[in-house]
Amino acid sequence: MFDFISDYDNPTLWGAFWMTVKLTVVSGLGSLIWGTLLAAMRVSPVPLMRGFGTAYVNIVRNIPLTVIIIFTSLGLADIFGVTMGATDFKVQGFRLAILGFVAYTAAFVCEAIRSGINTVPMGQAEAARAIGLTFTQTLRLIILPQAFRSVIGPLANVLIALTKNTTVAAAIGVAEAAYLMKEMIENEAQTLLIGAVFAFGFVVLTLPTGLILGWLSKRLAVKR
Amino acid sequence: MTEVSVAKEDRAATGELVVLKNVNKHFGALHVLQDIDLTIARGEVVVVIGPSGSGKSTLCRTINRLETIDSGTIAIDGKPLPQEGKELARLRADVGMVFQSFNLFAHKTVLENVMLGQIKVRKADKKKAEEKARALLDRVGVASQADKYPAQLSGGQQQRVAIARALAMDPKVMLFDEPTSALDPEMINEVLEVMQQLARDGMTMIVVTHEMGFARSAANRVVFMADGKIVEEAVPDQFFSNPRSDRAKDFLSKILHH
Repeated sequence: MFDFISDYDNPTLWGAFWMTVKLTVVSGLGSLIWGTLLAAMRVSPVPLMRGFGTAYVNIVRNIPLTVIIIFTSLGLADIFGVTMGATDFKVQGFRLAILGFVAYTAAFVCEAIRSGINTVPMGQAEAARAIGLTFTQTLRLIILPQAFRSVIGPLANVLIALTKNTTVAAAIGVAEAAYLMKEMIENEAQTLLIGAVFAFGFVVLTLPTGLILGWLSKRLAVKR
Repeated sequence: MTEVSVAKEDRAATGELVVLKNVNKHFGALHVLQDIDLTIARGEVVVVIGPSGSGKSTLCRTINRLETIDSGTIAIDGKPLPQEGKELARLRADVGMVFQSFNLFAHKTVLENVMLGQIKVRKADKKKAEEKARALLDRVGVASQADKYPAQLSGGQQQRVAIARALAMDPKVMLFDEPTSALDPEMINEVLEVMQQLARDGMTMIVVTHEMGFARSAANRVVFMADGKIVEEAVPDQFFSNPRSDRAKDFLSKILHH
């Protein structure tokens, strides 16, 4: 029944899902960093930074991801010549896709972290300032560590969404799971079976993400 | 006025540490601090009392600029309070603060709470910071709780840790903003005893409190505030036995005769 799967070797089923994993992990780390910086900007005392953070989040999270990903390829690469240092078309697509995913997902990460910052009582920051910590130290040592722990759950949602969103990379030729699925559906008769195989593959990736992060969230919760 | 002028001569000898001149602050339409003039000498213990909403907590919080002021000047050890930034952070390190709601860092152990400022602000090395933290925790009587998290401690223990955390910075002056108001009655004394000891050791202290017993026994001077103004300043004995202003008489009659 599953014989047809072995007919595909560019990419193979494993190769395609491995690409999905790579896109997810690299984009996940990138958007965690960029999203944290954006959140820091949104709570900063400098009006210009606050303005930039707010504008960025409100613009980027309201643009469809497909538009962003296609723009990285047709806009950034083809018009502005941004190739992310890649000479190979496949590598370029991979890097551009990650750029797009980071830009997009960071807006959601930022908002999750900002809501976490709001759960940290005002007195924590006051006590930090009272012992002489600067704004950056207060944020880095006191506020963000507590904020992160309270938003592991919401961040898990963002990560699961990102895992599934990586399928959009197929639009610019990145050979991940959805790219292979489309190819199989075009060539084979067992559409339902193919759909089930790929759906199952994504559940295998995302279900543990949710369970592990849910467990971590309980374990690391800050007791008040 | 005799007592006050005697106190003034004492202050001239030891030096002025905290000087507020003509300080005004508004919260919207509320004029919460009105023309406040207050000088605290090195080694002096000043207790600020007054009815709720009189501005005493706000006064305390302006001294390390957790609240900004609209006009007037505040100087600590001769230096006026700088604008928000690195210099203000440095100055705050010299001003210990103890809050009504303790505000221990919830994600750090008791020991880490007392070590953090030493390492990040004073740049002390880890081993020295830990030694000092353990000594201070011992001094306030919570050495055995060093590895617990704040939420595992009683209110009285948390507040004593907060005092140790402030002391770890070797502050020139300690501000206490209603340190016992959030505590169960049986825990108030353990905190007051630590504060009494600090006062005996010569720490300069500004204490906003409702604990009249502490004011009587530990204060060099009582400052009575009402409606955003300093209404009366006197040594404790005189203030409690013979208050001059009607406002203070009224306040004392309500709280002392139960």
